[in-house]
Amino acid sequence: MEHIELFFKSIFIDNMVFATFLGMCSYLAVSKKVSTAVGLGAAVIFVLAITVPLNWLLDQYLLQPGALTWLGAEYADYDLSFLSFIMFIATIATMVQLVEIVVEKFSPSLYNSLGIFLPLIAVNCAILGGSLFMQSREIPTLGLATTYGIGSGIGWFLAILAIAAIREKIRYSNVPPALRGLGITFIITGLMAIGFMSFGGMLTGGDDEGAKEEKTAKIEDSKEDLEKVKDIANNIKVNE
Amino acid sequence: MSLKKKLHDFKVKNKDKKWLPAFSAIHTFLFLPDEVTHGGTHIKAADDLKRTMNTVIMAMVPCLIFGMFNAGYQHHIALGEIQAATAGFFSPEFWSMDNFFVGFWKILPLVIISYGVGLGIEFIFAIIKGHEVEEGYLVTGMLVPLIVPVDIPLWMLAVAVVFGVVIGKEVFGGTGMNILNPALTIRAFLFFAYPTWMSGDKVWVHGAVERDQAIAAGENLDAISGETILGTLAQGKEVAYSAADMFLGFIPGSVGETSVLLIVLGGLFLIFSKIGSWRIMLSSVLGAVVMGLIFNQVASAGIISESSKFYGLMSAPFWEHLLIGGFAFGTVFMATDPVTASQTTKGKWIYGFLVGFISILIRVFNPAYPEGVMLAILLMNVFAPTIDHYVVQGNVKQRMKRLKAKTA
Repeated sequence: MEHIELFFKSIFIDNMVFATFLGMCSYLAVSKKVSTAVGLGAAVIFVLAITVPLNWLLDQYLLQPGALTWLGAEYADYDLSFLSFIMFIATIATMVQLVEIVVEKFSPSLYNSLGIFLPLIAVNCAILGGSLFMQSREIPTLGLATTYGIGSGIGWFLAILAIAAIREKIRYSNVPPALRGLGITFIITGLMAIGFMSFGGMLTGGDDEGAKEEKTAKIEDSKEDLEKVKDIANNIKVNE
Repeated sequence: MSLKKKLHDFKVKNKDKKWLPAFSAIHTFLFLPDEVTHGGTHIKAADDLKRTMNTVIMAMVPCLIFGMFNAGYQHHIALGEIQAATAGFFSPEFWSMDNFFVGFWKILPLVIISYGVGLGIEFIFAIIKGHEVEEGYLVTGMLVPLIVPVDIPLWMLAVAVVFGVVIGKEVFGGTGMNILNPALTIRAFLFFAYPTWMSGDKVWVHGAVERDQAIAAGENLDAISGETILGTLAQGKEVAYSAADMFLGFIPGSVGETSVLLIVLGGLFLIFSKIGSWRIMLSSVLGAVVMGLIFNQVASAGIISESSKFYGLMSAPFWEHLLIGGFAFGTVFMATDPVTASQTTKGKWIYGFLVGFISILIRVFNPAYPEGVMLAILLMNVFAPTIDHYVVQGNVKQRMKRLKAKTA
């Protein structure tokens, strides 16, 4: 049940493209034809499904505060989480290279359809985003991390598939010259996000109030900060 | 020289002027133009775009008039000034002129703003781009007043119409090129930009919100009804309306959506005149029924407890889902939009089924958006080209196979 819930949540509600607008560069660049979009989408699912659980292991046993306890009690208060960006991206880059080599060796036909996209998505922010969300949302088990990776990959896949089909459809539309190409694609993405908002708030209902309170608290905090800054600024002026 | 000839000559004389599209739009609306194609074959058919659009509008007019009566009726009932209608469809309490005028003065400005702003933009774009004015807005302009709350401020409606027509349609090149239904884009814009005016249980009855506020402020008034059925069900309360009321439309709701009877008649008219797709209508009803039955089974098998917040809507009988909310209206008039729906036969079945399926899903599972139909149609608009693409590809594959079998 937990798995199913997280799976659908990561596909529809927290959709990588429409809820967080991640992975936009390849999403916009490689969505001119449905067939290439499918290739890239499949590659993203593939890579997310591998890197998110791997990074989960890294996070759990190396990076989190206190993660090094398994080495010995004296390492219990080590906190290496400042390394997580560089570790995650290194894992992703290595994994993508490894996978590319393995696929090329054992399945040339798959390599031909995915091959060019694999190095491309090593720098796709949706991939790094998947790992960072996994970390910040504190996904508890390896299994759930895998589910989350596959789910967000499928969400991204659906998004690029839909926009590629739309772009093929509007190829003959009389779009104003200034908007042709990327401009209209951005507008379409925005409109598609409206369609995807139908799922926003699903499965979470009831928790919203807590979140709101947190937000107002944060705003108040920032107000206090602002006043401090103003005080300091005034002091500086007085000193001058 | 006849007037018709004079107008035609006037057009020829001014054919380089910038404002000519505006003139010829009005001209062709009233007269048949004199131009004919030069050489080659051409097809003569009576159903041009204007005729098509007008047929859809005709199918919606009964809903609009009923909506005017209903707006007044709900207003008076909410204030406790009249009794609830009991004598079936022709109850005198409902069809009084008093009701009609309250609704008429509320809804007429909405219609005027919607058409005025929308057509104004169409004219401006036609003049800038130098093409004929397109008739696509005729239906959208009629749909918009039918799907917004009656008390919505007019400037808000105008802003939303500008957004819907420019971003939803004109940037794609105008009528026939858009990917999302403009009327639904307008409603979705209102919904997400001004949520306090669009959601809540009581926005659908004229005067209900003010009265509620007055009571909260300590004035000595009777509390009122006026909640929509969906709102009541979501809170797990008993519904105060009978199934007959829901079918005939004596319930609170947006202007056009309440009377399922008149919507079905309009739908039959569209099917008969071959303008609406019966495949989409039928398959989305099927999709809603399937989803409703699944939820009924889940509720009666005791998988979720009665205290769950989904229980009220889940246990509502599946046929009731077809009668309440905007489902019937959305299915008949908006899901069937020929531009944004799937265009292949097989695709229409899939598209319609998913519209019904997802709208009930959103309705039950998403407490933030009690009305799922609008969002379900928008979502399927997004995926319609994908469905079409795969249906076409499937067809291509099949033919290739047949060709191979033949040549081999």
